[in-house]
Amino acid sequence: MSIDTNIALPEGAPEEVVTHSLLREVDLRAFGFEGTLALITLDNGLDHNRPNTFGAKTLLELNERITEALASSASAIAITGKPFIFAAGADLSALSFLTSTEQAIAIGKLGHDVFRRLHEEKKPTFAFINGLALGGGLEIGLHSDYRTISATAFTALPEVFLGLIPGWGGATILPQLIGPEKAVQVIMVNALNNNTMLKAKEAAALGIVDAIFEPSDFLEKSVQFAADILSGKKKIERVDHTGDQAAWDNALATGRAAMNKKYGGAQIAAPLAALELIAGSRTASRGEGFAAEGALMKDLVMSDPLRASLYAFNLIQKKRKKVEGAPKAALARKVKKVGVVGAGLMASQLALIILRNLKVPVVITDLDQERVDKGLTYIRGELAKLVEKRRMSPETATRLSALITGSTEKSIYAGCDFIIEAIFEELSLKQKLFNELEGIISPECILATNTSSLSVTKMSEGLKNPERVIGFHFFNPVAIMPLLEIARTAATDDPTTATAVAIGKELKKTMVIVNDSPAFVVNRLLTRFMGEITDAIDEGTPPDVADSAMLPLGLPMSSLQLLGLVGPGVALHVAETLHEALGERYKISPTMQAFVEKGIRTFYIKGADGSHSVNPDALALIKAGNSPSTTEAVRLRALNALAQEAKMMLDEGVVATPAEIDLCMLLGCGWPIHLGGILPYLDREGISESVTGSRFHPAGVASLPR
Amino acid sequence: MSVNRVVLVDAVRSPFGKAGSLYTGTRADDIVVRVMRGLFERNPKLPLDQIDDVAIAAATQTGDQGMNIGRSASLLAGIPHTVPGYSVDRWCAGALTAVTTLAGAISMGSYDIAIAGGVEHMGNHPMGELMDPNPRYLAEKLVESDALAMGNTAERLHDKFPHLTKQRADAYALASQQKTAEAYAVGEIQRDLIPVAIRNPELGYSIATVDEPPRPGTTMEALAGLKTPFRAAGRVTPGNAAGLNDGATAAILASEAKAKELGLPVKAILVNFAFAGVEPEIMGYGPVPSTIKALAKAGLTIEDIGLFEVNEAFAIQVLAFLDHFGIADDDPRVNIHGGAIAVGHPLASSGIRLMLNLARGFEKHPEVRYGITTMCIGLGMGGTVIWENPHFTGDTSKNGKAK
Repeated sequence: MSIDTNIALPEGAPEEVVTHSLLREVDLRAFGFEGTLALITLDNGLDHNRPNTFGAKTLLELNERITEALASSASAIAITGKPFIFAAGADLSALSFLTSTEQAIAIGKLGHDVFRRLHEEKKPTFAFINGLALGGGLEIGLHSDYRTISATAFTALPEVFLGLIPGWGGATILPQLIGPEKAVQVIMVNALNNNTMLKAKEAAALGIVDAIFEPSDFLEKSVQFAADILSGKKKIERVDHTGDQAAWDNALATGRAAMNKKYGGAQIAAPLAALELIAGSRTASRGEGFAAEGALMKDLVMSDPLRASLYAFNLIQKKRKKVEGAPKAALARKVKKVGVVGAGLMASQLALIILRNLKVPVVITDLDQERVDKGLTYIRGELAKLVEKRRMSPETATRLSALITGSTEKSIYAGCDFIIEAIFEELSLKQKLFNELEGIISPECILATNTSSLSVTKMSEGLKNPERVIGFHFFNPVAIMPLLEIARTAATDDPTTATAVAIGKELKKTMVIVNDSPAFVVNRLLTRFMGEITDAIDEGTPPDVADSAMLPLGLPMSSLQLLGLVGPGVALHVAETLHEALGERYKISPTMQAFVEKGIRTFYIKGADGSHSVNPDALALIKAGNSPSTTEAVRLRALNALAQEAKMMLDEGVVATPAEIDLCMLLGCGWPIHLGGILPYLDREGISESVTGSRFHPAGVASLPR
Repeated sequence: MSVNRVVLVDAVRSPFGKAGSLYTGTRADDIVVRVMRGLFERNPKLPLDQIDDVAIAAATQTGDQGMNIGRSASLLAGIPHTVPGYSVDRWCAGALTAVTTLAGAISMGSYDIAIAGGVEHMGNHPMGELMDPNPRYLAEKLVESDALAMGNTAERLHDKFPHLTKQRADAYALASQQKTAEAYAVGEIQRDLIPVAIRNPELGYSIATVDEPPRPGTTMEALAGLKTPFRAAGRVTPGNAAGLNDGATAAILASEAKAKELGLPVKAILVNFAFAGVEPEIMGYGPVPSTIKALAKAGLTIEDIGLFEVNEAFAIQVLAFLDHFGIADDDPRVNIHGGAIAVGHPLASSGIRLMLNLARGFEKHPEVRYGITTMCIGLGMGGTVIWENPHFTGDTSKNGKAK
């Protein structure tokens, strides 16, 4: 087989961090076999924070080592990784810079050409998966004849999550190896479920690996395993899964269901391609499977959604560490005691996450002792649950339980360095609270608000120290949603912002700093586009027509499902606030008013079997006009509204860059990465240009270069 | 208080490497942990939770040999945390001392089962690392400057015993290499080696399966041509001394009763032991007084000893020992598979290597009743352990009043 060694780095791409293939021969006599093993170590020379990856140079070097190993006297070839890392898959950094289909085909083919030698050449091959193995990292193992894994290693095929497919053999080999149902679990269900990784035990149970060994002598045991295979002492039986048509049908149905669940029924290219390959692998030879992978991979790589996905993925990785516009970290003040005002569900969640991560005394108050006790009971109960699930030691739970106290007296806030309020969403109440607190606390104590739409600036007005007030806006559920909007007012000083950012880091949140403005970023955009949907319904568009308008985007839930999650009461309140603050484009929906008035909480009712049906009580309350729109028309006006609002936010300086708007939508409401958040999607659909006159991102940043 | 017989259940070691070579990039604690796990694997009847203590020796107890290596290695090896551990240091006799100290505890009934071990990564911890000799040593002439450099103490032994010539030392060294090569050829040494994963960042992973230091092809001519690094016109060369090495050893000790109860094998029975001091300048002479003392305690004479495992830090130091007891340089009872000159001497680990060699000797020589393991120790000491052969087939009513 000839390997194309003439693959240049795409223009503009960063220099490849080459993962070297280091070849050594291991004497197997000590393991009971007369012969040697050619052991290839994959190592990029950096520590585990920079995992091994496969780019063109890496693949070519690996190819050379395989050739050498084949030419050597070694009886077999094995591949292992560097400490803690086997390999994390394809080098994605160059992918965003591929400009031609030929380049995309070439890099895909190179991976196939090198990896497949591990199966096709004469010598038996082994993968000793000593640490993290993702994507192409696992695929190189799948090409090998046998696999061992370290008991603490994690593995996954996350490609579909990223808008790709396991296109270096994984989509073809895995179903053949472990059967279609298990393969769909790994390739589709796990990838689409927030990129769930397999523990070693799970990988072994699925049949992905043949043996599992403790990390302390993983390599020695793996070499023993290889020697036992070579000497015939050990045999691994492989099962032929191709006969059971029902299993394949079931598996594909499961995969389709996973896609529909994740993307609200939208047909998304990557999962569809993966399903096609899995289906084909039942009868395809490896060669045919690889060819099909290559063809589909090329289409995905040369598509806007994939480029948007890569942009979003990188954005999330980068902003997790670096907070745009944050003052110097050194300005942050020490936080030794935290106050949470309120003991309701939101406040209790805030107290819990702060307690768990800051491990400092946390005090909560509410209007009466009963509410305080309820909050404390909730927090201690959550700690107990963590102990039960073995996610927290009993000692830590005891320690944290002792750190949380509650009272009906605000005097317990004395000595706090940071207080966050989560009381009823009414400006006058919050103003009164902050005023009262100023009489109890030091002038440096930060006053933070978890308001979703009220003006932080107005809350700070009239205070002796308005520079200490800041918005600290979480998303529900607090422990899970990764975004934290930090809202500065014109008066907020740098030490206050730096301290808030420091706390956010401790809470492991990704932060976006916004200039105080109504509803910040996420709720403003959500309310705006939701308003277009409800407006359409109020105008007479049938609810099912309006609600399916956004379906092709692949959002995690439909507009009216989202309404149910947020609650019509909150949604209406935010809409009213924005109507007042930002004007007529935020309408007050009479239908929503009716929902709130009659206590309708959801538009859909979830059946016992998990299916959704329309709530007849809700349907009866719709005040429909007589100018219905089509699905397309509703979608267009909703997207236009998003583009208009995003542009206004950038013009107003709510956030500094379009990337922060994208980050907010990705992490604040889980919008899919193939939209790039939202702005890359608006760009590629031509919405940005038609509404605002220009794109948000230059071509090539989150899309194919043009 | 009871007096229990102490037995050596099993002993293993890592392949030894040359400092700065085989184990470069591999941690010392990883080596000893692997050796311990290999030891447990070949003794599946040993219940790890019943181990009463773990004593691991290292001459330099910092970095990857620090953090109380006895405890740390136990945890890393997967021994239950209920089992305690400690560290031992008596320079080269670290593992030997781990054995004797644990044996004392077993003998008086405090322990039933214990793990002894030793590790030295002289590549990671060069000799003299962080050493800070008290200036009084030289100011008050407590020792001469020769006393702190082991090569110089070996030259001093040549000075003291001029009839023990360089030629005799080289001949002894050659024999050591040859005996090791012969033992390797029949797989005698490999049986007790635990393969150890090694990783050199530049070379990648591999597995150490055999000793790196042996030079099976060496000759008298080659040895004669080597430089004498410790003094001009000296006699001690890299050829007739052990090198600077990396490696680890581990052993299971138990009371005889416990070993029987668990069905554990017995490779040697401890008779008695002794340590003794000599002038630091001739530290290599240490095994002579320690052996005299140990024999006296055991009620044995040198004639009762059928197998000798003498650590070969330097050929001259073995020759001085043999010379004292009137044993020939090439006596077949001495170091039957060669010694440290061939396989290396990772300081604190070597004591147990002597024991595993002796145990193999006992298997092959059921006619031998007693054997000793002995070694010299820096700053002027010797240590000797006397062992009884569990495979002895002769008349036990004769000679020796050993308990």
